[in-house]
Amino acid sequence: MSDVRAARWTPSRVEDAALLTGHGGFLDDLDPLPGTLVAAVVRSTVAHGRLRSVDLTRARAHPGVAAVIGPDDVRAAVRPFPLSTATPMPYHPTAVDRVRFVGEPIAVVVATDRYTAEDAAELVDVEYEPLEAVVSPRRALEPDAPRLHEDADGNVATDRTFSFGAVDEAFAAAATVVEADYDFPRYSSVPMECYSVIAHWQDTDAGPAVEAWANFHGPFTMVPVMAGALGVPTSQVRLHVPADIGGSFGIKAGIYPYVVLMALASKHAGRPVRWTEDRLEHLLASSTGADRAMHCAAAVDADGRVTALKVDLVDNVGAYLRPPEPSTLYRCFGNVTGPYRIGAVEIRARAVVTNTMPTGLNRGFGGQQLYFGLERLMDAVAAATGTDAFEVRRRNLVDAFPHETPSGGVYDSGDYRAALALAEKNAELDELRARQAAARADGAYYGIGVGLVVDPSGTNIGYVGLATPAEQRKPGRDKSGSTEHVRISVDLQGRVTVLLGSVPQGQGHATVARSVAARRLGLPEEQVRAVVDMDTATTPWTVTSGSYSSRFAPLVTSAVVQAADRIAETVRAAGSVLLDAAPEELELVDGTVRHRDDHARAVQFRHAAGLVHWDPGALPDGVSARLYEEAAFTPREIRAATQDDRINSSLCYGFVAEIVAVRIDPDTLEIDIDRVSSVHDAGTVLNQQLLDGQVHGALTHGLGGAMYEQFTYADSGQPTAGTFLDYLCPTSAEAGFDLRADHVVSPSPLTPLGAKGCGEGSSMSFPVAFANAVADALAPAGVSIRSLPLHGEVLHQLLDADQQKGTD
Amino acid sequence: MKPAPFAYVRPAAVADAVAELADGHGKVLAGGQSLVPVLAMRLGRPATLVDITAIEELQQLRRTGDRLRVGAAVRQRGVERAADAAAVPLLGMALPFVGHRELRSRGTVCGSLAHADPAAELPAVACCLGARIELAGPAGRRTVDARGFFVGAMTTAVGAEDVVTAVEFPVAAPGDGFGFGEIARRHGDFALAGVAAAVTVREGAVDAARLAGFGISDRPVFRDVTALMTAVGDDPDALRGATADLARELVDTGGDGHGSTGYRRRLFAVLTARELGAALARARSSEVSR
Repeated sequence: MSDVRAARWTPSRVEDAALLTGHGGFLDDLDPLPGTLVAAVVRSTVAHGRLRSVDLTRARAHPGVAAVIGPDDVRAAVRPFPLSTATPMPYHPTAVDRVRFVGEPIAVVVATDRYTAEDAAELVDVEYEPLEAVVSPRRALEPDAPRLHEDADGNVATDRTFSFGAVDEAFAAAATVVEADYDFPRYSSVPMECYSVIAHWQDTDAGPAVEAWANFHGPFTMVPVMAGALGVPTSQVRLHVPADIGGSFGIKAGIYPYVVLMALASKHAGRPVRWTEDRLEHLLASSTGADRAMHCAAAVDADGRVTALKVDLVDNVGAYLRPPEPSTLYRCFGNVTGPYRIGAVEIRARAVVTNTMPTGLNRGFGGQQLYFGLERLMDAVAAATGTDAFEVRRRNLVDAFPHETPSGGVYDSGDYRAALALAEKNAELDELRARQAAARADGAYYGIGVGLVVDPSGTNIGYVGLATPAEQRKPGRDKSGSTEHVRISVDLQGRVTVLLGSVPQGQGHATVARSVAARRLGLPEEQVRAVVDMDTATTPWTVTSGSYSSRFAPLVTSAVVQAADRIAETVRAAGSVLLDAAPEELELVDGTVRHRDDHARAVQFRHAAGLVHWDPGALPDGVSARLYEEAAFTPREIRAATQDDRINSSLCYGFVAEIVAVRIDPDTLEIDIDRVSSVHDAGTVLNQQLLDGQVHGALTHGLGGAMYEQFTYADSGQPTAGTFLDYLCPTSAEAGFDLRADHVVSPSPLTPLGAKGCGEGSSMSFPVAFANAVADALAPAGVSIRSLPLHGEVLHQLLDADQQKGTD
Repeated sequence: MKPAPFAYVRPAAVADAVAELADGHGKVLAGGQSLVPVLAMRLGRPATLVDITAIEELQQLRRTGDRLRVGAAVRQRGVERAADAAAVPLLGMALPFVGHRELRSRGTVCGSLAHADPAAELPAVACCLGARIELAGPAGRRTVDARGFFVGAMTTAVGAEDVVTAVEFPVAAPGDGFGFGEIARRHGDFALAGVAAAVTVREGAVDAARLAGFGISDRPVFRDVTALMTAVGDDPDALRGATADLARELVDTGGDGHGSTGYRRRLFAVLTARELGAALARARSSEVSR
């Protein structure tokens, strides 16, 4: 028997058993409204064109079809989505006059089942008048580039310049100025589960109402955006999010236009409508991280210190400035100078529209783009000053906290030198350098790259306001926010329930919330359960709610602590009655309420909680019988942008030091990752296994962008990576390299547990650390690396341009 | 990604399968690893799917004399694991490169040949070894040499009314040695370039050398390289030079973002030199251990 017991598997997360035995409750498993019809979406096959006609007649006549809606129905019933800026680039859930990217919705067919809906979708006749397309951000900026939106002056959706500190003076006084162009590619996260929506349009006494289910994870700013498009009050939109979501990494924030579209389809069908996105739709038209063209410049003094930085960022946001874009430009605003003591910075932030899929949140959101420029630039500074790449960084590192950046960020804690030193030690840097020397002696390529990034978490959504010039921002209408809500209750038997509206997509929120609440209340974990349930009609939420920019560890757990502490206060008050002691003399330990100095004076937690339910009259004066508590963690360090446009764009700032070593086959030019050393500082570690999982996942995501994944387009605007045949995600076979992950701990002074976010770090650092390693490997060949991804074909083009001419 | 309507039949005899295909609007379904995605994307709309996996005759995998016969319903994974298949070492070398194990547990050897992706491994193995592919059609049964079977990208000698019933590979003899290599973006992807090589030696000297390249043209490219191997002897630099010339001659695919023509030439030259060299060494050791 003991052998059997030893072999028994104990799930390490409360979520695991159900997921691994097929008992997860994903939206496609749920049927909340029996009789729901099924939709298919008709999509544009051209990248840019006027819609001459959209004939729905044949599709409407197809047997089994309940409703077909097209551009006319959308234009008649749906307002353009409210945008983050005043730019006249109206965005609807379908094309209404022009199509602007391949895959853009044009019509929706609602039928009894998906097969019938797809059969009928083929019967929608669309006539296009093709227009010239533009797909590259640099090309889109040119005055003669095809223009996507007729009412706008050009393709630039937003263009702001910010200057903090004495930038021009620093560049004038610089011993060396280093500058270069860098391009960051466009890639996504490809979650296992695609978008899924059920929408039900109802006419109620209070007017039209929409009840919807979607695997949406915030930011819940999109709820008023949806309501605005539907022309109903926010209170008339009720959104449910299933407890299980099959991954997102930011991508599913882009689902909200489909909630609006399916609501309208439901109105026409007179029945609830379900739409489940398939993989082809997902790879054409869901959402992706933005590609960025940038120019970066550093003013460097005689000691190799960077005194000022200029960055000119051009984000390709796709066909529309779909909210929350242009946030990719601003998410890292407060940490734009990275981990360095750079006292002055100039930022030009532009977003351009092109005939490509609209962009949005993607793990690392803005960080991978920014640091690709910044950390390639630091290597260029090292080369220009004849300094070692590690040494030039050490010379510039921030080493006192809190540290205020010129753009308004306040780094709460850290020990960047210790983290870098640990990364070097774990990498066995001397051994790597010996391998490099040996490889070079053999005529082979071997490179070592480093990437240091400040990892922001707990976004202050107030940064979105920066897209609007200060003088146009309305007084009294400032925006800020990092609030997260939690509700905790205790039942008659002393069992504790933590209600999370944190809309996780597999991160293990319930596991951590349960553990935090149990520790706070002195209870065994079995006495606590965490329930994930987001229903905007019943779950506490606000516009900042959601699972994005690594909010759970710094914000949600802080709310758990606050709510648990209030519960504890009531339980101690009840215990004080039973133990005849003052509440402040009591502590909650091991499932009991006991006297701090005399542990024998104790009652069970459940008995104290029971008193609150059964005998509230016995409670001390002024104590209410309240065993449910809601907390809204509201950090005061999060403020709206100042009049001079500075903002602390995140509550917490972690750190990643990453070292990558690569070996490149000189014959085939295949890149082999020899070793990765990654050191993270996410403050207090709440759950080591989940933190390690986040590091591995983010790193592999970064590997995708570095070597494999890219949404590419032909000049015509036709996608050339529209299936998994061409859009290549790394698999376990590609991620089996020598990875040495480790941590330093600098608790945040701003969160009760000292925890910071940890879900994104390596997705920001790995792409550039890898690029730096490849650049180092190829330095003897005189090749410079300014873009990603990097793989054999790219290296062949870089190294062998002459032979190409001879053989092609 | 739902297929257009189709009829589905699962006959028990080859003659019945051929009859089902007689109107020219049917499509044979075996492992479905290429066909089913094509249906789901509505890139193909056969009126009838003729599932041949229940036909007993097509499930046979057996060695007869100097031939290994693989029926059209035999899964790739089945060949990979069969003791008899060790008699064709090149198959064992190539199969791990075909997709992933999960795909090979469904995909069939003959299905890969009939699908004829220009970057697929098994068509190159069949060409390199001179396999014989058996077809059944309205006019009866016939056999086609693999080297004449592939006529273009995804196009073969199989007519719309034909069923591939089996493929026969010659088994290896002492003095035979083989090499197989490919480079893909990720393991399991279609090759950017690849080569299957077979060398036969007699008393240590090259008697015959053959190769088939894949991922480099619109079909597997067969070449007898006996003269080349004899000319370069045991000089690795000469072999590299000869394979670079060969790559310039044979690699004529237009390429794509994963691999341009030039990069594929580079890869084909490197792989061919490596695998011909390896095949020669194996041939010599197999002759010695005879």
